[in-house]
Amino acid sequence: MPGMSRKAAIALAASASIALLATACTGQSSSGASDDASKDTTINFWHAWSAASETKAVNALVAGFEKAHPDIHVNVVANMTDDKINQALRTGGDKAPDVISSFTTNNVGKFCSSGALVDLNPFFKKDGIDPETTFPKAMNEYTQFDGDRCTAPLLGDAYGLYYNKTAFAKAGIKNPPRTWSEFETDAKKLTIAKGDSYSQLGFMPDYHGWETTTEHYFAQFSPTYFDKAGRSSLATDPAFQAGFTLQKKLVDELGGFKKLETYRATLGDEWGAKHPFHTGQVAMQLDGEWRLGMALAAKPKFDIGVAPLPVPDDQAGQYGKGYITGTITGIAATSHKQNAAWEFVKYITTNTDAVVNFSNAIHNVPSTLAALKSPNLTYDPRFKTFLDIAANPNSTTSPASINGGVYLATIQNFGYDYENGKVGDLKAGLKKTAAQIDTDIAQAK
Amino acid sequence: MATITLASKRRRSALRTLAFMSPWLIGFAVFFAYPLISTVYFSFMHYDGFKPPTWSGTKNWTYVFEHYPYFWPALRNTLWLVLVMVTLRVVFGLGVGMLITKIKTGTGVFRTLFYLPYLAPPVAATMAFAFLLNPGTGPVSSILEKIGIPAPGWFNDPNWSKPALTLLALWGIGDLMVIFMAALLDVPQEQYEAAELDGASAWQRFRYVTLPNISPIVMFAVVTGVIQTMQYYTQPLIAGKVASGVIQGAGTQFEPGYPDKSTLTLPQLVYNLGFQRFDYGSACVVALVLFVLSMVFTAFLMRRRGGLNLAGD
Repeated sequence: MPGMSRKAAIALAASASIALLATACTGQSSSGASDDASKDTTINFWHAWSAASETKAVNALVAGFEKAHPDIHVNVVANMTDDKINQALRTGGDKAPDVISSFTTNNVGKFCSSGALVDLNPFFKKDGIDPETTFPKAMNEYTQFDGDRCTAPLLGDAYGLYYNKTAFAKAGIKNPPRTWSEFETDAKKLTIAKGDSYSQLGFMPDYHGWETTTEHYFAQFSPTYFDKAGRSSLATDPAFQAGFTLQKKLVDELGGFKKLETYRATLGDEWGAKHPFHTGQVAMQLDGEWRLGMALAAKPKFDIGVAPLPVPDDQAGQYGKGYITGTITGIAATSHKQNAAWEFVKYITTNTDAVVNFSNAIHNVPSTLAALKSPNLTYDPRFKTFLDIAANPNSTTSPASINGGVYLATIQNFGYDYENGKVGDLKAGLKKTAAQIDTDIAQAK
Repeated sequence: MATITLASKRRRSALRTLAFMSPWLIGFAVFFAYPLISTVYFSFMHYDGFKPPTWSGTKNWTYVFEHYPYFWPALRNTLWLVLVMVTLRVVFGLGVGMLITKIKTGTGVFRTLFYLPYLAPPVAATMAFAFLLNPGTGPVSSILEKIGIPAPGWFNDPNWSKPALTLLALWGIGDLMVIFMAALLDVPQEQYEAAELDGASAWQRFRYVTLPNISPIVMFAVVTGVIQTMQYYTQPLIAGKVASGVIQGAGTQFEPGYPDKSTLTLPQLVYNLGFQRFDYGSACVVALVLFVLSMVFTAFLMRRRGGLNLAGD
């Protein structure tokens, strides 16, 4: 390119650089439909399940609905990620979903505040269904935002404690810990050193330890994430300080951050057969109800015990609670078949038999109080622990926020800095993190 | 009358030229100009993708530069990768190209061996590297420890994660190796012979014969390398995800940049802001930062290109 002028060079540079920019501008959603649900119609249902056994269960659920509502047909689209769902909710159209389902509760705040999903409260009211007495308390909480109930729970996840009964017996521990003090003692007893590492770790407390995230720990302290004005309570609710302190104490007592992280790097991944709880490398594990099936499938060389996670010593009366989350479903504001869509949503979320059968097939926790008590539920006796945690009124969740799970990520990131010693002053750190959460929310409004 | 005919001819000629150029012009307008203008427009708007955009002035810009905790670490990482990774890739690609052009037998085998990694899908390649470099169970660490060298934490250590990504990039050097080989084989042999007759050393032959001849290709490699690195997304994301062991699931938020934000790059922020936070305005700000940076780098390199053309020294 000898002799190329400066302008030409800049023009070429600009052309090359433009290729970096790609943004999508999409249409706006419009809502409102007064369809007749008794007339012959077809609705689109997008969901995220993808495994053969799961899609089979969804199809069975849909078949049950179509049998009960012969005039409403459901076109099922599987394996839909949140990104695809969000895009379809914005654009609408005949092929867009009338009903969506998502594995994460993170987007509920955005779905409700933006009007992407319609408020289900009028539909519940019209049919005389009281969500407060239909769904467990925590599930009621994560399916709405600022009084707008734009989603309903479609099965749930409950978190508890898995423990190695054989290792417990060897260490002379008779029962699973009920308080964090007992937990600390047991975790130390169960930890067996091997050189600079471990042959068995009592518990992996690090926030990167698979499911040992801040929100899962802190649920045992019943925190309030936001005050009435919508500001972060991180620095003002003592539950958070107690949670961070407990985790840091566990990290220090079980060998220190560096040693634990080095050990963690040697362990199998969360979803494989070599998960450290399956292999006996970690004796206690905070995890969701799905772990039981996975652990049994891995055929471990020990007996698996299941219990609720411990609670703070001064909340011993609330032993049995845990963290709750789950799959959500809602009706697209762009749908012109909202009444038909509601019939479907009502069936899959509130019909006890439908919920029970779906839960039996998917192996998640049922999402109605009636289904949780149903004699038709089939499960390993240990799974009952999770049913009880889901039904426990003291169980908690992380509430919906306008910017999704950003506040949870911010808290978790602070947790990383606190556990590795980068941040020493907990109170100041919590204050700064709360301010960051408030700034992020203000930006989203 | 003759003037009118000439003007008419010129107009027709101009229209014909435009007609021939129209496929490119339409493509440029739809795929380049419109997104660029939209990006600038949305960077000043509050837009969540659902509600109509509303004017927010410089709020998004202030947020990204002053309050968004990931911006500065991501910018630092991106610049580090541009400076270190691009430089090493060009030097290594040229080195491998020169080596293979010198080999007399088995050239095809070596070409294939060096080119094959480039064909590996980035997700699979990154996952394989993360497992190979696993500080606890990876074979690389085991070998290093066996020969008495303490193994670094690689993707689990914020000081080693970017060098580990650079290793991954060097492993997939096949693309540069091929174009450098083509350029090296194109250098006239007589120039080397003349230089040898003049008593030029190997370094002098490289400095005064090879480099001036291949300088346009070096420039091409650097410019495309810078642009590719500005778009660097998949590898750091997957490496961080695999090494952290934290999988995005129901009710959780994926942590970008594990460990300690060290693998965070600007394109990841565009995704985080736009698709996880629904803050398209701020995502556009980061996209514009990328645009300006790549433009500055490219313009700078274009202007400095003369420095590589050392024939006249």
